[in-house]
Amino acid sequence: MWSRLGPRAVFGQAALSAGEKNPNLMMLSADLGDSSGLARFRNAFPDRFINTGIAEQNMVGVAAGLAKEGHNVFATSFAPFITLRSGEQVRMNLGYMELNVKAVAIGSGVSMAFLGNSHYGLEDLAVMRSIPNITIVCPADCAEIVKVVHAAAEFTGPMYIRLTGAVGNPAVYTEEYDFQIGKSITVREGTDITIFSIGSMVYESLEAAKVLDSLGVSSKVVNMHTLKPCDYDAIDQAISSSKAIISVEEHSVVGGLGSAIAEYKTQFSKSPAQLILGLPDKFGKTAEYRFLLEKYRLVGEKIAIDIQKFLKKL
Amino acid sequence: MNHLKKIENMAHFMRRKILDISFQSSHAAHLGGGLSMVEVLATLYSHILNFDVDNPRWEQRDRFILSKGHGVLGYFSALLAAGFINEEKYATYLTNESDLIAHPVMNLDLGIESSNGSLGQGLAMGIGIAYSAKKNKNLNYRAYVFLGDGECNEGSVWEAVMLAPQLKLDNLIAIVDYNKLQSDQTPSSDIINFGNLAAKFEAFGWDVYDVDGHNIAQLVDALESKHDAGKPKMIVANTIKGKGVSFMENNNEWHHNVLTKSKYALALAELEG
Repeated sequence: MWSRLGPRAVFGQAALSAGEKNPNLMMLSADLGDSSGLARFRNAFPDRFINTGIAEQNMVGVAAGLAKEGHNVFATSFAPFITLRSGEQVRMNLGYMELNVKAVAIGSGVSMAFLGNSHYGLEDLAVMRSIPNITIVCPADCAEIVKVVHAAAEFTGPMYIRLTGAVGNPAVYTEEYDFQIGKSITVREGTDITIFSIGSMVYESLEAAKVLDSLGVSSKVVNMHTLKPCDYDAIDQAISSSKAIISVEEHSVVGGLGSAIAEYKTQFSKSPAQLILGLPDKFGKTAEYRFLLEKYRLVGEKIAIDIQKFLKKL
Repeated sequence: MNHLKKIENMAHFMRRKILDISFQSSHAAHLGGGLSMVEVLATLYSHILNFDVDNPRWEQRDRFILSKGHGVLGYFSALLAAGFINEEKYATYLTNESDLIAHPVMNLDLGIESSNGSLGQGLAMGIGIAYSAKKNKNLNYRAYVFLGDGECNEGSVWEAVMLAPQLKLDNLIAIVDYNKLQSDQTPSSDIINFGNLAAKFEAFGWDVYDVDGHNIAQLVDALESKHDAGKPKMIVANTIKGKGVSFMENNNEWHHNVLTKSKYALALAELEG
């Protein structure tokens, strides 16, 4: 049911239900309340929603003041605006002062399609990951968005929530499962390689694993929904039991999930080779969302082909 | 002793402490902008702000945010005079790993509400704090934010200036230390010419007071005057950078400088007359 609504509408629904449960929860938007699915929250809790105007820096600062006085504040915008435009406000208020603000990127990765690179989240994980104290969570599908919003509503501390995917987002999960911030989820068992993936790429990695199966490669797929703090136990397991480690993310190959795993892995003299799959380090041409995922080879079948090529070279 | 005299005494004490610690630390410090803030801070901490030094986290305390974070010489000397910081703590200023460095580091037990140093961020936080008090009927504290005039070059200040009247935050008081000099060695008006700064804030919907920032009676009047319902209050405090030490006054060599032994002696002789 959630997938048909798309990530933004689901976020709005989840915000509403989390708001009903948590009276100290507030939602801020820099004039993208409707685009972020927050109209119902605004109507239900008029004094707990502030449209700060098109002023993301101010939004993060206001969120910090509210958080200082006991609110759990979600400040929402598109990925580049919340992470880069207001980057220093994020650094001071969420990082340095550890205030209880959840910065939410609506539509990160390349899901903004024809709106273009100005609206894409290519480097947001790299930026946020390098600021101390900020927990980073990226739900894999719409059902997980609901879990993440509810978990964040109960969580005290600064957090970056990164939403990827578009309307019609495929579902990763068909059954109820336990979600905990900081604890990765093995969504598929396998014995040859481990594929770590995040956000929209968890589904594509599962698709890739099916193709690889038919090619005789058994793949474990891990949903690294929390990029920070990173689940090093899961990486340790992959290091000790896999022939190769693959990371897949709808983010630049610079500074995201692949980098986080590689940084950790370098301390071991014996660790499997790693293939980092993601968006190229460039501003490319603009197109429809699925077109871009195909072009950048971030769809199941192409991920599988690239993994197979990589394995052959080892 | 009437309250004006009390504030005046506090201001004098603060200036002395600013000079003492600047000399003792032997590091360069933001002396000019620290000295221009003294009367405003003395008025706030001696007469206006509600706080309890024995219970620095008291829920009903007024919140003070030093948005011009480099103004710590004024700020820390006020916290010392008010009793949040003792002499021993004050003496750690600019020593390795001290709580008291060149910009405020959030520490509620010392009465420091927020970490600053990156200009243009305090007023937004003040809005969040003031909104919280409005939203909770049991709380009636106010939020005070102290900005620099150079700081008002930052676009984020004006984002906040636009939003506060919109939210009808008549429990938010901003003060600008309008000393008309910033970092470079030229008058601010040669960099960004604000001209009539008070008129600009008024145009954005603030209840504005344009006062002599060293005139305690004027400051008290402006701070105590009844709020225009629904309007945040802005006090443009016209000040002199380096106020109280003649060779520092309006001399931007003292924006950030070291107070040597001879200069310290000179300044002290002048202050203590």
